[in-house]
Amino acid sequence: MITKKIYLYFPKSETEKPIVYQLVKDYNLIVNIFRAKVTPEEEGYLSLEVTGNQEDITRAFAFLGTFDVVIHAGNKGVHWDENRCVHCGACVVHCPPGALTIVDQGTRTVTFNEDRCIECLACIAACPFGACSSAF
Amino acid sequence: MTKTYAEINEKIASGKAVVLTAEEVIAYVDKHGLENAAREVDVVTTATFGPMCSSGCFLNFGHSTPKMRISEAWINDVMAYCGIAAVDVYIGATQLRHNDPANMYHPGEFRYGGGHVIEDLVAGKKVQLFGLSYGTDDYPRREIRTMFDINDLNQAIMVNPRNCYQNYNVGVNVSDKRIYTYLGILRAKMRNMTYCSAGQLAPLLNDPYYATIGVGTSVWLAGARGIVYAQGTQHCSLVERGDNGVPVEGAGTLALTADMKEMRPEFVRGASFRGYGVSLALGVGIPIPILNPEILRRTTVRDRDIQASVIDYSTDYPEKTGKVLGRFTYEELRSGTVELMGKKVPVTSLSSYSKALKICNLLKSEIEDGHFLLSEPSQRLPLNQGMKSLTITGAAR
Ligand code: SF4
Ligand code: SF4
Repeated sequence: MITKKIYLYFPKSETEKPIVYQLVKDYNLIVNIFRAKVTPEEEGYLSLEVTGNQEDITRAFAFLGTFDVVIHAGNKGVHWDENRCVHCGACVVHCPPGALTIVDQGTRTVTFNEDRCIECLACIAACPFGACSSAF
Repeated sequence: MTKTYAEINEKIASGKAVVLTAEEVIAYVDKHGLENAAREVDVVTTATFGPMCSSGCFLNFGHSTPKMRISEAWINDVMAYCGIAAVDVYIGATQLRHNDPANMYHPGEFRYGGGHVIEDLVAGKKVQLFGLSYGTDDYPRREIRTMFDINDLNQAIMVNPRNCYQNYNVGVNVSDKRIYTYLGILRAKMRNMTYCSAGQLAPLLNDPYYATIGVGTSVWLAGARGIVYAQGTQHCSLVERGDNGVPVEGAGTLALTADMKEMRPEFVRGASFRGYGVSLALGVGIPIPILNPEILRRTTVRDRDIQASVIDYSTDYPEKTGKVLGRFTYEELRSGTVELMGKKVPVTSLSSYSKALKICNLLKSEIEDGHFLLSEPSQRLPLNQGMKSLTITGAAR
């Protein structure tokens, strides 16, 4: 079994389609949704984690490819800009799963582990330097 | 054993100076002993990187045709002060953008302000000037709107009346609701604590009695060669100090200036504090000449020897009660958790140790390469100065 984080963008034409339902039913994936949003313009954003065997995941990605959906592998829902980060650490205490942590006690540098991020968005309010942002 | 500024500068100019960072010097003195080390080491580099709200800059625009005496100006919609000579403006780091709802919808976001304008200028970005005037015989133009970048200006001079605070409060919130402060978001019931100092790297903690840092001292301000031009505002040297002379609360401050055209964008960063406002984070490096063993000994201060005072920002700070909840050393604070009033409290920082360390090393190489000479202060910072409160007098109208 493997787990992959994905971030999907649905244009208006695709927002009504029960895509997640099919991921579960036809491709046997365990789905863990972090965040979903439909904008007033009816575009959809979905950030989730899927768990399944490699074959099912490959098939599921091929299935997603048949829609007019933009797929990003990895955590693209929350972005940490390494160049904007000044490594102050103000975010660290606000990040519940410890996705933002101080890695090196000597130099006190902060790093972002995207696999751990649950997209709670707390860092966006806590970071004075705008290093963290949400894709939607 | 003593050395003079001139002797040290001669060694720097000939590329022979021995320069250590404020971190390196600790182990060096441990190993070689104070007297020997004082003979060998010429300069110790100190630095800090963090929000310094009291920052701003003077900009001089070239004259337009026809000429204009700008009386009101906005740069990227952030108001600049115009009560100075024609086509000069001053823009402050904490100025909000026009139409920012501020805290009308609490907590406000404060996405862009004076600090961000200064960051954009240093980064070489184009920004917009909008200016108004009442028109005079010699300056007839009444309105101007144009894009410009830092290279279009005659001068862009950063002028910061209160930087490099010597130690600072540690903020905590004992109330049961989240608060938004210049020390960041403080969660209810002491669920976090924020400090803001580079500790053992910080300039004024390595020279607690201002023996070498004074008016006229050469500094590294965001990569540019700058100077200390005065004592900083709110400079208050008469505070409680530890046995090592290091203040246990905010004390001395420095007024700094340097040419923005020489600055590096990495060390000039606009900051947005949710629910509080905008500011500017700056990187400052200050070399300490090792004139004698005593000065060297002061630079060996370690995080475990520097204490900071914890203040409750939900009541004691705003109400000015003067109450201190506790004191911790920077070593304890940097460990990530401290115990206060029977509770384990996670601690984080607003100042960047990693950037301060980088600045110490950059300044060190500039000195080693013979590019950065030291200057002897023309005036010492006051050592016996307290801080007044404002008494509210006069009839209310
Ligand atoms: S979104 Fe939440 S979990 Fe992810 S990095 Fe930010 S604070 Fe951490
Ligand atoms: S608060 Fe922002 S700048 Fe500071 S360490 Fe976290 S991400 Fe980096």
